[in-house]
Amino acid sequence: MTEIRFSGFGGQGIIRCALIAGKALSLYGNKFATMNQSFGPEARGSACSSQLIVSDDRVLYPYITVPEILVSMSQEAYDKYESDLKDDGLLIIDQDLVKPKPPRGKIKSYSVPATRFAEDLGNRITANLVMMGFFTAVTKITTSEVMKKGVPGLVPDRFLKLNLKAFDKGYEYGVETLKKGT
Amino acid sequence: MKKSKADPKGVLTGSHFMDGDFALAEGALAAGCRYFGGYPITPSTETAERFSERIPYVGGVFIQMEDELGSIASLIGAVWGGKKAMTVTSGPGFSLMMENIGLACMMETPLVIANVQRGGPSTGLPTLTGQQDMMQARWGSHGDYEIIALSPDSPQECFDLTIEAFNLSEIYRVPVFVMTDECIGHMHEKVVIPPAEEIELVERKWYKGPKNKYLPYKNDTDGIPFMVKVGDGYRFHTTGLTRDERGYPLLNAECQATCVSHLIDKIKDNADKIIHLEETDIDNAEILVMSYGITSRVSIKAVQEAKKAGIKVGTMQLKTVWPFPEKRIKELAGKVKAIVFPEINAGQVVLEAERVVGDKCEVVSVPHYGGWVHDPKVILNAIKEAAK
Repeated sequence: MTEIRFSGFGGQGIIRCALIAGKALSLYGNKFATMNQSFGPEARGSACSSQLIVSDDRVLYPYITVPEILVSMSQEAYDKYESDLKDDGLLIIDQDLVKPKPPRGKIKSYSVPATRFAEDLGNRITANLVMMGFFTAVTKITTSEVMKKGVPGLVPDRFLKLNLKAFDKGYEYGVETLKKGT
Repeated sequence: MKKSKADPKGVLTGSHFMDGDFALAEGALAAGCRYFGGYPITPSTETAERFSERIPYVGGVFIQMEDELGSIASLIGAVWGGKKAMTVTSGPGFSLMMENIGLACMMETPLVIANVQRGGPSTGLPTLTGQQDMMQARWGSHGDYEIIALSPDSPQECFDLTIEAFNLSEIYRVPVFVMTDECIGHMHEKVVIPPAEEIELVERKWYKGPKNKYLPYKNDTDGIPFMVKVGDGYRFHTTGLTRDERGYPLLNAECQATCVSHLIDKIKDNADKIIHLEETDIDNAEILVMSYGITSRVSIKAVQEAKKAGIKVGTMQLKTVWPFPEKRIKELAGKVKAIVFPEINAGQVVLEAERVVGDKCEVVSVPHYGGWVHDPKVILNAIKEAAK
């Protein structure tokens, strides 16, 4: 079982990240996936988070407790959620938006300029898809083919191509990052 | 009982990653629901949204009513107009529906009401979970009557049990509640919607006899009267007042006894056919964990741990909470040492277990006041304590 938290600020497509991963893994990746998002006044604006539990068996407890993976796309979200991350967990950040604290425990961290890459591709709105590509590559949670199957229907049809391009960019960067061993 | 297959138009066959609120709407559309009247309230609003998007494309009608009183009243009208109808609400909205729920019971109107429960009382916890309306579903309207209430444990069951709710409502001509909660309502999981031909539906029991012979409250051989559709040329009368077979008010003790005992007996006498339970490892169990809705999933986690600790635990998931499975629990009460009953309320349905069991075994309530689900450790401790 893997507990994952995606976090950032409202409007970055943070909820969408968990929806894409949950859909891909549960419909095409032969896994059980349960996705929750924060509801409540604190979720409107400012730090925003979505939670995904991925498992080989049925998910019984519906909420994440000690996430193994934290994806942060804003400083505020990182500050809010970093302390929850498991001691030997995996931290994934947008390096231009998050300045991480010195490493804690055995946490492994990976960074990607997701928003900058998305801007280079023509639309910063696809930064979350760059992040999803990078996330898929470094976590190896499933193949890029499976993850990409989760995208149609969850982004506007007219932007599907651009979003998949953003995903590929992030995925390639992730593969390179692993090769470099950082 | 006349059965039919679902109309493919309303069935979104395939696998979806969907939340419980959407799954309620999809279950209803698959069941042939073609009228939704409601008033948005967190955490049930997504169901109304889904209906508003989908129902026009399947030949149905969506009306956002002025409030919850109007919502449930509009359902009663739609049903007597020949449609299958549903509404969804939560917390304060459920309270506002209570009077007309009684009217639906008295008029023997088949309809489905989903309550995506949040913490209460009053405005309480609009965005956080609870199971605190279980007794309100059972007793919320005034007078004596019986209803049916189901409780799904996942988005998949929101879909499945909503179809079951529509079928039960048609068989027994009674309002049926789908008592889900915020956690499931807002939780996305895989929901598999089967092909239309695999979805079995119960058709309304239409009267086909001569126009001058129709009696809206004359029981058929199965104890349930026939319905007609407004506009089909039958003259009939129905009312919230105590009525005779013709549907006309007859306000005396004899008629009241016939009318009200019928509303109760049609459910009580058929409880065995209505009740839907899921049991595991019951045979040698010394502890029985009873639960419903989201709490049954969390309970399984505790049960798994208890088994590792060597305790013989069985589980009973109440997919039907009302009518309460009295007979089955009486049978088991003589065999197990204790029943452990977690619920996200101060201890509501557990009272029924206590009543039924008497002193045959111990009944342990594991309350939670709402806002979150139980910590499985709390349920585990209750199991361990009861097993001592």
